[in-house]
Amino acid sequence: MEWLYVLMPIAGVKIFWPGLIILGIGVGIIGGFFGMGGAWMVTPGLNILGFPMAFAIGTDIAHMAGKSLISTMRHGKFGNVDYKLGLIMLVGTIVGFEVGAQMIMWLERLGNVEITVRYLYLVLLTFIAWMVFTDVKKKYDKERQAKQAGQDVDKLATGLEWHKTFQKIKIPPMIHLHTAQIYCSAWLPIFVSFLTGWLAGILGIGGGLIRMPALIYVLGCPTHVAVGTDLFEVMISGLYGAATYTFKGRTELVAAIIMLVGAAIGAQIGTVATKYIKGYGIRIAFGIAVVGCSLSIVLKLFATHFPVYKIICDNISTVLILGVVSSLSVYIFVRMIQGAKQEIASKKKTL
Amino acid sequence: MLKCIRTVQWLSLFLLATFNSAWAAGGGGAAAIVIVADTRYLSGMQLAWASLYNESHAYFTLLTVILIPVIGLIFGVLADIVMKHIGIDLSSRELSEH
Repeated sequence: MEWLYVLMPIAGVKIFWPGLIILGIGVGIIGGFFGMGGAWMVTPGLNILGFPMAFAIGTDIAHMAGKSLISTMRHGKFGNVDYKLGLIMLVGTIVGFEVGAQMIMWLERLGNVEITVRYLYLVLLTFIAWMVFTDVKKKYDKERQAKQAGQDVDKLATGLEWHKTFQKIKIPPMIHLHTAQIYCSAWLPIFVSFLTGWLAGILGIGGGLIRMPALIYVLGCPTHVAVGTDLFEVMISGLYGAATYTFKGRTELVAAIIMLVGAAIGAQIGTVATKYIKGYGIRIAFGIAVVGCSLSIVLKLFATHFPVYKIICDNISTVLILGVVSSLSVYIFVRMIQGAKQEIASKKKTL
Repeated sequence: MLKCIRTVQWLSLFLLATFNSAWAAGGGGAAAIVIVADTRYLSGMQLAWASLYNESHAYFTLLTVILIPVIGLIFGVLADIVMKHIGIDLSSRELSEH
């Protein structure tokens, strides 16, 4: 079975390459579908496959740039990317990320901040999950009430409508974001991107997990545009991350290329699936992913307080993350196949 | 019901494949950061790649940053060709709701 393993030239470890392809497919599907890099899924996955942690992070970021490029291209053709919004947000994201990263280094000098950061992450994810499911519930309530009154609910209606309040802030200059269909103060996306970038810098994550819901609930982007625009940002920040990590000798390009083989397929599946799944379907699936991520952090916090259970908690956490990734990937894949079948069948009918 | 069973079957298969591949791999034990890559057991492209790393981190970085989007683009275009061949419309999306 030696042929199933490939020697990584820099890290010097032998890696089970089919595992890299499967991981690439899974994260490609989820990344293309939700508009995120997915470091929270890939890094533990690569670590299990045998990568030292330092290489796992760098290799993940390197493959993320390539995968996001594929997804952004596809979302761009579907009209899901607001490039103007993406470029405006990029400035705030970079500045916010640097401020957050510097702040965490300063806090580290004061004492151990790891547990505090994990608690902050947990609070944030719980808030995001609450926000998503409250939004979904409110939307269904609206639909039910409209049905009872014998009316059709507006297809652009949303559950939570915080974005309407934020869009009322008229601090010049005002901008029109055509793809996202938003007219707001330019300071709103700058502030949102700075805040999400700052949080990402503090938490040491890429930020897609925070930016995607912020684009929906604070700015008021349609779900599909939030996904596409977020991927555009992930692509640029991924390239920057790949450069810095590679320069520090923490990237294994061979592994990133093998993962890209799977991610290219996965990213297309995930992106094309957004054609067939409504915005709220994406939001519900995203909420489930956030809950899975939160539970894994709860387990890690439990292990910190009760070191006796560390190995068990770490294993359960890894299985949980891989389980969530696998389940969601299968769901998205099945929905994509069903949608494609219907589309092909309807095309044949019209011919 | 049949749909449900099929989905569960798919799910089980995928989970099995993912977990088995992950556990079959085992754990690595190399150093956290490699300053000089060990080229003694390498040959061909791998040797060239590791040698480039040893000679200059800057060139190595530059090439990595160029190669990643190029390879992503090639794989993306290939996947596009396959999907178009299947008959999926890859240029428009009809759904328009939040």
